[in-house]
Amino acid sequence: MMVQVPINVALLRQILVSFIRNEVEKVGVRRVVVGLSGGVDSSLSAMLAAEALTPKNVLGIMMPYESSSPESLAHAELAARKSSIESLTVDITPQIDAYFERFPDADQKRRGNKMARERMTILYDHSARWNALVLGTSNKTELLLGYGTLYGDMASAVNPLGDLYKTQVWAVAEAVGVPEVIVQKKPSADLWAGQTDEGELGFSYREVDRLLYLMVDMRYSRSELVAAGFPERFIDEVMLRIMNSQFKRRLPVIAKVSHRTIDRDFRYARDWGK
Amino acid sequence: MTFRVGIAQINPRLGDLPSNLALYEEKIRQGAKEGADLLLFPELSLTGYFLRDMVPNVALKLSAPEIRELKQLSRKVSFVAGLVEESSDYRFYNAAIYFEAGEIRHVHRKVYLPTYGMFDEQRYFARGDRLRAFDSKFGRIAVLICEDLWHPSTAYVAALDGALAILCPSASPLRGIAEQQLQDDNARYWELINRAYAETFGLFVIYGNRVGFEDGVGFWGGSEIVDPSGQRVAKAKYYDEDFIVGEVALESVRRKRTMAPLLRDEDVDLTINELMRIRERPSDLKEVQRLKGSRDKGKKSSRRQATDKKKR
Repeated sequence: MMVQVPINVALLRQILVSFIRNEVEKVGVRRVVVGLSGGVDSSLSAMLAAEALTPKNVLGIMMPYESSSPESLAHAELAARKSSIESLTVDITPQIDAYFERFPDADQKRRGNKMARERMTILYDHSARWNALVLGTSNKTELLLGYGTLYGDMASAVNPLGDLYKTQVWAVAEAVGVPEVIVQKKPSADLWAGQTDEGELGFSYREVDRLLYLMVDMRYSRSELVAAGFPERFIDEVMLRIMNSQFKRRLPVIAKVSHRTIDRDFRYARDWGK
Repeated sequence: MTFRVGIAQINPRLGDLPSNLALYEEKIRQGAKEGADLLLFPELSLTGYFLRDMVPNVALKLSAPEIRELKQLSRKVSFVAGLVEESSDYRFYNAAIYFEAGEIRHVHRKVYLPTYGMFDEQRYFARGDRLRAFDSKFGRIAVLICEDLWHPSTAYVAALDGALAILCPSASPLRGIAEQQLQDDNARYWELINRAYAETFGLFVIYGNRVGFEDGVGFWGGSEIVDPSGQRVAKAKYYDEDFIVGEVALESVRRKRTMAPLLRDEDVDLTINELMRIRERPSDLKEVQRLKGSRDKGKKSSRRQATDKKKR
């Protein structure tokens, strides 16, 4: 029997909605802000938050750059309308261009990371203005593969999707009513025309999700993965990606000099006293 | 004997004793109002679960004012509280204390401290070394905390020690999504255990789980009272706060044990003998120790021979 990533949309939806409500309200706030890209992850995060906190407590912010596809903005607006949340558009072109005027030779990667981090600062600024938390949108697939910008789109206060593979995100998105055109389209970071995640990664989400599920969740060994039909090169490439992006999933390394060092022998839950 | 058991399926605040104590008070008042004779609170629900370095800060000696307050509260309703107990030699235990009529009647210190996967209990807690049923005004009962019950030996000992009901305070995290399942894997497994133990040992299983989230980890609730025939007397909501009360009629223990006198027929000596044999069975590690031991013994005996010679 072929093992698949388990899909249970009713249960996931129930858990994630209750997670958002619990983790937000215990901090003493009722609101969240979320960056809306027009993609399935941020649309789903926003819809779950609207369900958990009521739509009036969710602010979706669209932050296009001049080269972003107009379709992305249209989809983001569609998601905001569908979930009945407040929305706001902040064009990041001036602040990005002002910076790169000084560094005109910057490549796509630097520009992409810079945009992700500028968007992060806007979300955090509005979270302060609105007494809200920043809602995360990174899913487990991209977190494991390191396909995200550290302190950019990876930054958030609460992330309902971080333990869901992309395959699961699609299924839940469909169930909660994320518009079909958003669920069906090819995932993209939208940094240049025609860019797609799967094109850049070199494999499909469905393929890699099954591999990740067996490798990470089910603890299959390399030989078991080979027996399950995955090409060795694919297994090794994915394993290497996970290892090499581990730094993105941890706090910065701290030089230990005292008896109690943060996160090593100074260990407290984030929900300390909450 | 028939009595009413309530389960407070609460969402405590992590590391906030005063607010959780207030929650206890509120639930005990509610229990009294709803006619509960005995109330079960979840594991570590007076402190929160993922305490880590907070453990020494929320630990209570049995002489602490909070414990005095709990004693007072038990004049209304008997209850099992879940908290961190500090011993006189400064060990910290994941403990469940049974309060009755203004007194502590039993302390159970969790024996099996999960330290794998998402759990880190042995890093922070000392391990209990006792499994005892005890007499309450409702009859003989036992308290086992969460993971304790994942070891069938604990329920077995409790049953042989005369328990007519096992009360299990729990802080069980939801995990594992499977298709076609209304609840997560952990909920499914617990319900299987509760029912299997109730039927196998012919007793009531009273399972009190918490809800809420700590650092993203949710607790699935679903507290329940299962009677010796495996029927649910009461069932709480999944994933949400709740308060349930159910009737525990010990007559049904008698009925079950009359129909299936498994405990009567249990051969304790046989079990002990076989366990002794298994304990002595040479595992690889034990074999190494044995070989080392026999070499040392050899040395000792030649020394002894030497001294014996001298003596002569």
